[in-house]
Amino acid sequence: MSGEKKRHVIPGEVITSGPYRAEQNTIQVGDKIVSTIVGLSDVHDGSVRVIPLTGGYIPKDDDLVIGKIASHSSLSWTADINSCYVGMLPASDVFGRDYSSSADDMTAKLAKGDLIAARIVNADMTRDPLITISGRELGKIDSGELVKISPNKVPRLIGKRGSMIQMIESSTNSQVTIGQNGLLVVSSEDPNGLLKAIQAIELIEEQAHVANLTDQVNEMLESKSE
Amino acid sequence: MGGRDTDIVLLDENGIRCDGRKVNETRKVTIKAGVLKNANGSAYIEFGDNKILVGVYGPRDVHPKHMSDTDTGILRCRYHMAPFSVGERKNPAPSRREVEISKVIKEALEPAVMLKEFPRTAVDVFMEVLQADGGTRCAALTGASVALADAGIPMRDLVAGCAAGKAADAVILDVNNEEDQAGQADLPIGYMPNLKKITLLQLDGVLTPEEYKQCIEIGIDGCNQVYEIQKKALQDKFFASGEKQ
Repeated sequence: MSGEKKRHVIPGEVITSGPYRAEQNTIQVGDKIVSTIVGLSDVHDGSVRVIPLTGGYIPKDDDLVIGKIASHSSLSWTADINSCYVGMLPASDVFGRDYSSSADDMTAKLAKGDLIAARIVNADMTRDPLITISGRELGKIDSGELVKISPNKVPRLIGKRGSMIQMIESSTNSQVTIGQNGLLVVSSEDPNGLLKAIQAIELIEEQAHVANLTDQVNEMLESKSE
Repeated sequence: MGGRDTDIVLLDENGIRCDGRKVNETRKVTIKAGVLKNANGSAYIEFGDNKILVGVYGPRDVHPKHMSDTDTGILRCRYHMAPFSVGERKNPAPSRREVEISKVIKEALEPAVMLKEFPRTAVDVFMEVLQADGGTRCAALTGASVALADAGIPMRDLVAGCAAGKAADAVILDVNNEEDQAGQADLPIGYMPNLKKITLLQLDGVLTPEEYKQCIEIGIDGCNQVYEIQKKALQDKFFASGEKQ
């Protein structure tokens, strides 16, 4: 069941009533499901959610984010992850369990201003979210161009099952690391490809609300390549 | 309880008020959402001759740190009148009245915003009155609620504000400056239209129980009219250009 058509909603607006589960950005008031945010309502398989059109990034477990090292204490680094919370990266995550604050030099591994691709391990909101850089595709980012977009437009950039980003990557011969927090790192051997990929990302950010965006992006990518 | 003496005829024999409105008519309200680039959310509201700019920041780190709450985010509001907002220059230092209005607006917005989702953070709302003409607290509340929605702060409902009152022995909607000065009562109302709940209720003056009931009734009606404009402001900003996905 694909559910009802997506609708524009604002806070307080009733999306539907009946036996639905109230999920992301919705609340249940009596038998009605009400939106709490400006966005697009999505009724699907007995659940209702609202895809936000505005607002900042709120860390969620298992999200891949791109962060910038802001500072470090003797036990952990803090990273700016473009959110109201800072990411905590424990030193033991990098040095292993036998980390000793006297023997290991933290700044040698990660200095202030370094970019990292990290995964959120624990975002229960009682403390600052815990992040890790051990894992595939994670760790310090050495090269590439940092691009910032609105975190709400990340799903649009990725597209259905990654279609949009794959199209950009293949036609510009570049690699894009997408952080769910709206920070992206674009890298390419070919400077023109890099430029074009960034332009395509900026186009998506501007035109995120428009239908058949894929065609538009495709057109733009092809026109410049001639 | 007659209000101040004035030469202005607050209500003529045809039931028309000093600014040409009927008793149950609000002033012209226009709202524009997202007017400031540097704030996370913003709104500009014209409520008759009131002109108010609202900026919202957050959720963000709380400073000073001791104000933060581990269970919930906090809401901080600042209502301020620009020195040029009134006839005689107003001292820009926060007055007793501004501190009070900041507090009541904060308490009127708190039932709507869902800050439990962002513990240890603060949401700051700055309301700057550029031009005042009576009823600024309702106008500021209305604008603040649009700016909060624009910032993407989760809310149970928007809060619409509109005052009712009494002037020349008649119950009137949306009290303007003259009616506030020379009238008999002013009853600002903050209202969540979908939840049908009142979040702000103040009364300056004297009303009979019957008049009070009438004031609440037309006040809520006024809030519903204001709500439609709030709704339109948000729709214009977010949904006007382009089609749906």
